Amino acid sequence: MGDWKTITVPALSSASQTALLNTSEKKMSPSSLNMQQVLHSPLPLCKSPHSFFSAFCTDENVEQSISYLDRELTTLGFPSLYSECNDKELNVTSIINCMNELLVLQRKNLRAQEEVEIQHLKLGSDMDHLQNCYAKVKEQLEASRREIMGLQERDRQQQCKNRNLHQLLKNEKDEVQKLQNIVASRATQYNHDMKRKEREYNKLKERLHQLVMNKKDKKIAMDVLNYVGRVDGKRGAWRTGKTEARNEEEMYKVLLGSYEQRQKQLLVENAELKKVLQQMKKEMISLLPPQKQKPKERAEDGIGPVLSDMEEDAVELNKENMWELSCETVREQLTNSIRKQWRMLKNHVEKLDNQVSRAHSGALNDSDVISREDHELATEKLELEIQQCREMIKTQQQLLQQQLMSPCDDDTSVLLQDCYLLEERERLQEEWKLFREQKKNFERERRSFTEAAIRLGLERKAFEEDRGAWLKQQFLSMTSDHKNSEHVKTQSPFSGSSEPDNQLTNFRSRQKKLHCLSSIATSEDLCQTIQHIPHNSNSSAVLSTEKSKPKQ
Amino acid sequence: MNFSEVFKLSGLLCRVSPDGKYLASCVQYRLIVRDVNNLQILQLYSCLDQIQYIEWSSDSLFILCAMYKRGIVQVWSLEQPDWHCKIDEGSAGLVASCWSPDGRHILNTTEFHLRITVWSLCTKSVSYIKYPKACQHDFLISLTGIAFTKDGRYMALAERRDCKDFISLFVCSDWQLLRHFDTETQDLAGIEWAPNGCVLAVWDTCLEYKILLYSLDGRLLSTYSAYEWSLGIKSVAWSPSSQFLAIGSYDEKVRILNHVTWKKITEFEHPATIANPKIIVYKEVEKCPRVETEILAFPPARVEASSLFSTQSKYDISQIPVSLQCVKPIADRANPRIGIGMLSFSPDNCFLATKNDNIPNAIWIWDVQKLKLFVVLEQLYAVQLFQWDPCQPRLAICTGNSKVYLWSPAGCVSVQVPVEGDFQVLSLCWHSNGDCMALLSKDNFCMCYLEKEEGK
Repeated sequence: MGDWKTITVPALSSASQTALLNTSEKKMSPSSLNMQQVLHSPLPLCKSPHSFFSAFCTDENVEQSISYLDRELTTLGFPSLYSECNDKELNVTSIINCMNELLVLQRKNLRAQEEVEIQHLKLGSDMDHLQNCYAKVKEQLEASRREIMGLQERDRQQQCKNRNLHQLLKNEKDEVQKLQNIVASRATQYNHDMKRKEREYNKLKERLHQLVMNKKDKKIAMDVLNYVGRVDGKRGAWRTGKTEARNEEEMYKVLLGSYEQRQKQLLVENAELKKVLQQMKKEMISLLPPQKQKPKERAEDGIGPVLSDMEEDAVELNKENMWELSCETVREQLTNSIRKQWRMLKNHVEKLDNQVSRAHSGALNDSDVISREDHELATEKLELEIQQCREMIKTQQQLLQQQLMSPCDDDTSVLLQDCYLLEERERLQEEWKLFREQKKNFERERRSFTEAAIRLGLERKAFEEDRGAWLKQQFLSMTSDHKNSEHVKTQSPFSGSSEPDNQLTNFRSRQKKLHCLSSIATSEDLCQTIQHIPHNSNSSAVLSTEKSKPKQ
Repeated sequence: MNFSEVFKLSGLLCRVSPDGKYLASCVQYRLIVRDVNNLQILQLYSCLDQIQYIEWSSDSLFILCAMYKRGIVQVWSLEQPDWHCKIDEGSAGLVASCWSPDGRHILNTTEFHLRITVWSLCTKSVSYIKYPKACQHDFLISLTGIAFTKDGRYMALAERRDCKDFISLFVCSDWQLLRHFDTETQDLAGIEWAPNGCVLAVWDTCLEYKILLYSLDGRLLSTYSAYEWSLGIKSVAWSPSSQFLAIGSYDEKVRILNHVTWKKITEFEHPATIANPKIIVYKEVEKCPRVETEILAFPPARVEASSLFSTQSKYDISQIPVSLQCVKPIADRANPRIGIGMLSFSPDNCFLATKNDNIPNAIWIWDVQKLKLFVVLEQLYAVQLFQWDPCQPRLAICTGNSKVYLWSPAGCVSVQVPVEGDFQVLSLCWHSNGDCMALLSKDNFCMCYLEKEEGK
């Protein structure tokens, strides 16, 4: 084999890539060389296949090349090229199989090569990528390192500045302290000097005073014409222990007076403030939810007893305030109770706020939760009603008071008791007036009627007299005629006339009656008699008027 | 408003009697007593020297005239013009003189504050009080540390012995020494009784901010000190009801203490800029007089001439924010013109008027009920003096020009004093019933009668 190698290798090396495939088949050399050659194999196949193929096997060495190939293939595991019985005969099928196997192998190797190349490329790109990343990271690292250095530098500078400022501050403080000390020391020095000078000055004054007093200056005197009386006219009193004690007493009295006044003012103020606090407490209690106890009883079971406690406290405090104690415990009780009430009120308001917010958010579960506007409207209405009622009560009270307050003696009280009946009385009086007027009218009418009746009676009388006279005349005339004529004929007239006669007598009697009546008739009596039978008289009067009318 | 004629005056010595009927004025060595309403001369007295101080006795029967140069005090009687009384201090000298509240004793302070001599007009007795303290203040009338209670029963006297301050309380009726106690002050600067006569306020020199409150029987009730080291108290005022004590200090603030706890309830600041829109700022502005040429007569009458050339002024309401004129004080002088120099409560206890010496043209009026600044009055010139009407909340102000200014809660008005010539109002003094006031200038004075119903 080596011989063959030595012959062919230079050819290979000169032919470079083109001969590589042949040599690969021939040599079976170390795999690395094979690999390299295999790698480069696809290219040369297309270029010059003839020269390539003819390099290995020529016409002379066919047998040798066949036996060589057979040896190689058998070592590789392929079946022998020679037939089984005869060594010189070539087994075509095995040759074809071997060739096929070799082709398959070749394809496999190509695929493997491709894969390896691809992976190689991938790895290469990964490597590039990683290298890039590495470079970047390195850059970043460098940058952050630089930044850190910068920040550290700045930090250091700031620390330096801070230290400097602290130092300055300390210096300033020290200076201030020093100045203060200086001022203090100078002040003491000045005070000392002042005191020294003052003592000197006092000494001078004393000396001067002595000199002045010693001189016994006659000029130092008071020259007054006459002494004036004291303001209060009394004589001056000697100054004794008694007067001194009295003066002390006066002074203390003055002081005590002013303290007492101040204490009174403070007491008044205190009482007012306590009242205000009490009122506030009551209002707070009233604001809290005993009105809405039904749905919230559970929650208020805890508050209930507390409320009752509060009310008890309130009662106690009321009592105590009436006695006007101002001791510590009362004050504490009051303040504590107000604080509790306030807390309860706050809780209540918070609860209401929560409810309102829940209502706004739509969770209106509780039926008692009414909208704020309705609530406000209701409260306004109630307030109005309360005001109206109060006003009514006030006015009624005022009226009652007026009633009760004003009467002073019996007559007036009696009169006033009647004052409610005054209206009725006046009404009655008016009615009486009306009635009397009507009465007067009726009287007048009756009078006129009676006069008319009297006239009627008179007229009637006159008429009857005339009638009687006329009838008499007629009768006389008629009787004078009848003496001449039949009686019978005149009977019927007589019967007729007897009727007139009867009628005449009746009339006469009636006239007489009427005359009697008229004789009796003095106006009032007549009226009275007529009055007694008002209806009849009226009707008769009416009738008579009716009668008199056509007559008149 | 009616103005009277102008009369001569010297030394700003014009005093109304306590009963309100008479007016005493001095011209050099003469003392003139006039009737307040018609200003007729009732009495005329002549003293031995130029009068430097006059004071009415409390019953309006006597007037004392002090002549410090000669060391003489002369007392005159109104009832008996012939009566005379002369007190000669001789070589002891005289620095101050005042009446006692009963009107029958005169307290003379001798020179160098050596002693106080109590002369009695009723008896021949003389009393001496040693070691009185000299208290120098702009706003206290007396130079010695004497303070009488309002009802005149007690007198507090500041003393200094062995470089320590003491207070002595005397009963004025018989001059008995009631109490004598020392105070914890470095150098007592002033004392003042509360109007109810039960508390005495004692304050220290301006080098130290310290005020002490003593009860009538000498007990220390409380001490108050707002700060250390800086200059301290400059002025002090009690409210008429004794409820509040206002302390004005060099740091341009007024601190109010209450009478129950003697603790500070508020402090009032006096900044140069006012920014709160609820405060009314009245600014005095000059207005040019209208010259009506037709009415001018020639030669012009004197009154017309003076009124032509004097400028009228009125008050304008300034828009907030207002910045007031500040005066920078000279740094290295003693008694600098900074801080609250004048402080005064109104008689009804409703208002407090203050003046900050840094801003000398302005008067600050504070509402005491609300404890807030109410009104600021800005004048054209530095305020010399302001004084409340003794009966109602009305403030009269004079700034050294020929006008007098009045402020009340209803408004403020500037009135020109209608006198011929120059009349610089340097001081004023109200009558006790609030109907009129005396306006004093260097050489003259005139009375100003106010109408009963205040129009503006």
